[in-house]
Amino acid sequence: MRTIDRRDFLKAGAAAAALASLGGCAGVGRKAGGHVAVVGGGYGGATVAKYLRLWSQGTVQVTLIERQPNFVSCPLSNLVIGGAATMAELTIGYDRLQTVWGVRLIRDEARAIDPANHRIRLAEGGDIRYDRLVLAPGIDFMWQEIPGLDNDTARSTVLHAWRAGPQTVALRKQLTDLPDGGIYAIAIPKAPYRCPPGPYERACLVAHYFKQHKPRSKVIILDANPEVVSKKALFAKAWSTLYPGIVEYRPNSEVKDIDAAGKTAVLEFDTCKADVLNVIPPQKAGDIAGQSGLRLINGRWVDIDWLTMEASDTPGVHVLGDAVFPAPAMPKSGHLANQHGKLAAAAILRLLAGDAPSQTPLLMNTCYSFVDPRHAMHVASVHRYDPASRLMQPVPGAGGLSVAHNETEGLLALGWAKNIWADTLS
Amino acid sequence: MKFQLSVVTLCLLAAGGGAQAADPDLARNLAASCANCHGTDGHAVKGAGLDALAGMDKERTLQKLADFKSGVRPATIMHQIVKGYTDEQIELIANYFATQK
Repeated sequence: MRTIDRRDFLKAGAAAAALASLGGCAGVGRKAGGHVAVVGGGYGGATVAKYLRLWSQGTVQVTLIERQPNFVSCPLSNLVIGGAATMAELTIGYDRLQTVWGVRLIRDEARAIDPANHRIRLAEGGDIRYDRLVLAPGIDFMWQEIPGLDNDTARSTVLHAWRAGPQTVALRKQLTDLPDGGIYAIAIPKAPYRCPPGPYERACLVAHYFKQHKPRSKVIILDANPEVVSKKALFAKAWSTLYPGIVEYRPNSEVKDIDAAGKTAVLEFDTCKADVLNVIPPQKAGDIAGQSGLRLINGRWVDIDWLTMEASDTPGVHVLGDAVFPAPAMPKSGHLANQHGKLAAAAILRLLAGDAPSQTPLLMNTCYSFVDPRHAMHVASVHRYDPASRLMQPVPGAGGLSVAHNETEGLLALGWAKNIWADTLS
Repeated sequence: MKFQLSVVTLCLLAAGGGAQAADPDLARNLAASCANCHGTDGHAVKGAGLDALAGMDKERTLQKLADFKSGVRPATIMHQIVKGYTDEQIELIANYFATQK
C-alpha cells in the first residue's frame, strides 16, 4: 500500500478538478472532489474515512473527528470481562488512517452542526467547513429510564461496560474482587440495542470464569425482552450444557430503577440483589446525531435514506452505524457499521461528482459470539435495497446460524476481528 | 445548453446496456461487502485463517462459491452468505477479485 503525503494530496486534488471540468457520463471518468468531515472513529466512521480516500484515489479530502486517542473494539471486549483477553489486544491507533490513507485526524469532540452553512462546531477547535458530513457517533444512554443512575457515584458502581474502554476494565475488576459464592446480575434493555447477542455472550464468559475460579458463584440474566433476542437456541444450549446451575435466565424482567448502594435492581413486581450489578441501559442515537434536529424515529434513532445513508430530512448529512433506525432484521453491529461506511462512501463520491448514487446497495452481516474463550457461533444475514419499501430488506433464504458452538468458529471469530480491524483502520 | 443535452443523451445511450453498465462501481461495491472477513480488495490479514481473494482465478472463485451454494463444499458460514447474492452479482465479485493484484 502506498503512502499519500500532503504534496501528493494537493496534486491529486488538482488533477481531479481538471478531470471534473471535462465533464463526462455518470460515473465514467468523472472524479469526485471536495471535503468530507466524519464525526466518530468507530467501525462506521473509520471505515467511511478510509474508503472515501481509497475509492477517490485521494482526490476527496477527509477529516476524521474523534475524541478518544485510540480505537477500542467492542466486539471481543466480553473476552476481557471474562479474563480471556487484554484491552491492549482490542486497542488500535489511528496512525495508519493518517499515514497510509491521508485522513486528517482531529482529536476533539463535535458539539453542534449547522447543515445550512455546512459547518460543524468543535469543543476546542472552532468550526470546520465541509461539503458533506458523516455522523457516526454510536449510541448514548437513556439514563432517565433508570432514575437511580442519575449520578456519577451510582454510575461508577453499577456499570454498563457497553462501550469498550475504562468500564470494561472496571467490570473485570469487580468480578475478580467478587468472593466465591457472589452473584453477578446483568440487565438487558428492550430491543433494539447495540449488539443483540452481546449480553448473552457476556453471561457465558462470566459463567466460564466462575466455573473455573468461583464455582459457587451465579450469573443472573434480567432480560427486559420476552425471550433471548439473538441466537436463542444456541445460547440456551450453552447455558444448559456448559453452565448448569450457574446461569439463570429471567425473561420479561425489565429493570425500572436501581439502588446503587444496595446493588439492587428494581423490577416491576420484584427486586434482584446482586454483588456485581451490570445494567445496560436503553439506548438512542449518539447525542451529536440525536440532538441536532435530524428526524428521529421513536425519538431515538435517526431516520435515513438507505440509498445514501443521508438523514431523511437533512441532505448532505449522512448518519451510519448504531445511530440509525434499524432496517428490518438488521442488528446494530460493528460489522454492519463497517458496511454502512462503505455504502455511504460510495454514495458520497457519486454525489460529490454530481451523479446519482447506486440504486442497488447490498449489506451483509456476521456476528460471532463466544460461549467460552475457545468456542464460538455465528449469525449471518444479507440485506439488499428494496425500491418498493425504500428499505434494506433481508434476502430470503440467505444467512443463518451455526448448528452449534464449535472450536473452528472460535478461531474464525478471532480471524474475523483481525480482518475487520484491518479493513476499518489499516 | 445544447452541449449539455448531448452529454445527457450520450449518457442515456451508455446506460442502455443494462443495470451493470449504468453502475460502473457495482462490482467494487459488492466486493467490498466481502472485505470485512477477506480483507480490503481481497487482501486478507496473513495468518488470520481466512482466505485472501485478491488475484484469485475467476473460474476458481466461481466454482468455490457455486459449491458453497449447492452444499457440495462444506462450510461453517459461506453456504449461508453466498445465498444472499445473485449469480450475476457473484460473477461481478469473482471478476473484481481476479483483477486485484
